Amino acid sequence: MNETSTASWPHKDLLDVSQLSVAETLHLLDTATYFQEINTRPVKKVPTLKGKSVVLFFAEPSTRTKTSFDMAGKRLSADTFSLGGSSSSIVKGESLKDTALTLQAMNPDGIVIRHSSSGAAQFLAERLHCSVVNAGDGWHAHPTQALLDAFTLREQWGEFKGKTLTILGDIAHSRVARSNVLLLNKLGVNVRLCAPRTLLPMGVESWPVDVYGDLHKAVTGVDAVMCLRLQLERQAAGLLPDLREYSRRFCLTPDAMAKAKKDAKVLHPGPMNRGLEISSVLADADGSLVLNQVASGVAVRMAILYLHLMRPERSGDTR
Amino acid sequence: MPDLIVRGARWKQQEVDLLIRRGKVLELTPYEKSGTPAKNARVIDAKGLTLLPSLIDAHTHMREPGQEWKEDIASGLDAAVHGGFGTVLCMANTDPVNDNASVTELMLEQASRSWPKGPRLAPIGALTKGLAGQELAPMEELARAGCVAFSNDGVPIASTELFRRAMEYASDLGMVVIDHCEDPFLGKGGSMNESPVSGRLGLKGQPWAAETIQIARDIELARYLNIPVHIAHVSTRQSVELLAWAKDKGAPVTAETCPHYLVLDESSVEGYNTRAKVNPPLRTPDDSAALLQALRDGVIDILATDHAPHAAHEKEVEFDHAPFGISGLDTALSVTWGLVASGDLDLDTFLRAWCYGPASIFNIAANTFEPGSPADFVLFDPDATWTVSAETMHSKSANTPLLGRTLSGRVVSHFIGGKKIV
Repeated sequence: MNETSTASWPHKDLLDVSQLSVAETLHLLDTATYFQEINTRPVKKVPTLKGKSVVLFFAEPSTRTKTSFDMAGKRLSADTFSLGGSSSSIVKGESLKDTALTLQAMNPDGIVIRHSSSGAAQFLAERLHCSVVNAGDGWHAHPTQALLDAFTLREQWGEFKGKTLTILGDIAHSRVARSNVLLLNKLGVNVRLCAPRTLLPMGVESWPVDVYGDLHKAVTGVDAVMCLRLQLERQAAGLLPDLREYSRRFCLTPDAMAKAKKDAKVLHPGPMNRGLEISSVLADADGSLVLNQVASGVAVRMAILYLHLMRPERSGDTR
Repeated sequence: MPDLIVRGARWKQQEVDLLIRRGKVLELTPYEKSGTPAKNARVIDAKGLTLLPSLIDAHTHMREPGQEWKEDIASGLDAAVHGGFGTVLCMANTDPVNDNASVTELMLEQASRSWPKGPRLAPIGALTKGLAGQELAPMEELARAGCVAFSNDGVPIASTELFRRAMEYASDLGMVVIDHCEDPFLGKGGSMNESPVSGRLGLKGQPWAAETIQIARDIELARYLNIPVHIAHVSTRQSVELLAWAKDKGAPVTAETCPHYLVLDESSVEGYNTRAKVNPPLRTPDDSAALLQALRDGVIDILATDHAPHAAHEKEVEFDHAPFGISGLDTALSVTWGLVASGDLDLDTFLRAWCYGPASIFNIAANTFEPGSPADFVLFDPDATWTVSAETMHSKSANTPLLGRTLSGRVVSHFIGGKKIV
């Protein structure tokens, strides 16, 4: 099991893809490939993490990420414990620090955290001895989503170099976009962004991307398009005139996709607003990788839990 | 009360003797020219120490009444006097707000009870009732009770019409209005400087335009009404450019910046460091350079700490949940003396910024070392080093991004009205 070795894994925590080298990223994706096979067996359980315990601390609503981590842990025989924001003492006014220290006192091997505040995963990682995996913090990072997106694309493309991908939608408030830009650029993908100016982050000109305001130009000749969910409250926040106009300008339609390469793929981290940011036809078409992403998610998260929880204890761990 | 003679302290380029009688400066003479002290005089050997007038901080938050776990007037004045400040102006955003005489009187009572011989507390009254920005506060009542200026600091007034009326009403009383310049819509929800750094960290930013839009408004009102306004905690190059223009036009506008804007920038926020979360936010190195130059040029008139204490547990939270503010009274003198030592600031500018400027803007007595001046002064060891920590700070709160840093320069003793306080 050479290709899945944890011996050299230097990271106690997974907070953002920026901490991973290309070699580490590819090692993680290779490890996920190994685990993906387990997910196709009649009996989908191996004893790899038997005796390890993982807390799934989701202070923000989540269906697919939480279920995906839960399934990943259980398929490796780890004991997983769920803690939601509304079911935790946070609703009683407990601070994140006290919640974290309480969890630590129960001595888990890992905590997977989703939180509405950027930096919350780092906050936990600085205070806990166990591994912390960021399952999405505010607008900042969603490293496991970016890794599963890369895994999904590698399955289709074989390699990253020379490929072009457009990320479409609310970039400013998207942790998925931030992590995907960092990771895919590092792997050699040409990344384009497409959004109205009101949904682009300050300083985007310094990002390693090309920025478009016109959907048809943005998808011309690309290998894949990743749509992002539009949070409906953006209209109330004054960032958009109305959803109809947004849809007319930025909804990914078959007409727009006709400008992309012939076998171009469509991705979406979900949940989807069909008809608003992606046409229903494209979401269900052959080129759609939406369900592949979900399937890849379990394998990638198995690899993440395995690498972080089974790495040898050492001093001088990095994040 | 016998005469006091402070012998051999360094004042500007020479060693001097300072003679004090009945709480006032009698004379300042070169050391080598001084004669034999009078028999009953008390003599203090100050060789090797630097003599400074007591500094005036035009902008602190004392937190009493209402939030005494962060700071109370006794601990705030303790930090002030050890930090070299003989007079501190304290903002009105207490709980209850300092918008009526009883709160002002309580503050002054607590100051005289805890520090009867000084340092001096000078409350700033609220501009509007409850700082709500709806109705003017009773400014004459507040002035009579002891307030020295008015401000809605912390909760800027959105209505230009109301702000105009506040300036006019305060002007009738001969008082200055201090404005916290932040467009409440543009800056809303921002927890750091809006920049590529905030974009990368995924934090909502505050654009520099949120500050300059309000400064531009205040400049135009000051020009239109010919009534002075003082701009609090300026943080950006663009604000400096506006202020330079205003001064060139002769507008009655004065401004302050704070030590943290001169020596720190937005990179201090990296790693979601809540101790560097302050309002207005730390900006870029270019802004720091512009502020320092503006201070040298007199475009920025004074320095102020914007001392904003918060308990450790309040800052040990997610970045967007943490309160704004840096605790500054303990560190301000060392930090800015560091700029003097490095040649970035000359001593006259330093003295203007921390003493004579605020004295002039807010009509407060200051020690010029001329005969008859109040004998408020500090003996300061510029070479003494100290490490910033909760133990070495006198404020109840150690919420500063300088925590753990070693600074140079420490107050050895502080005299108010000729009496040794520390």
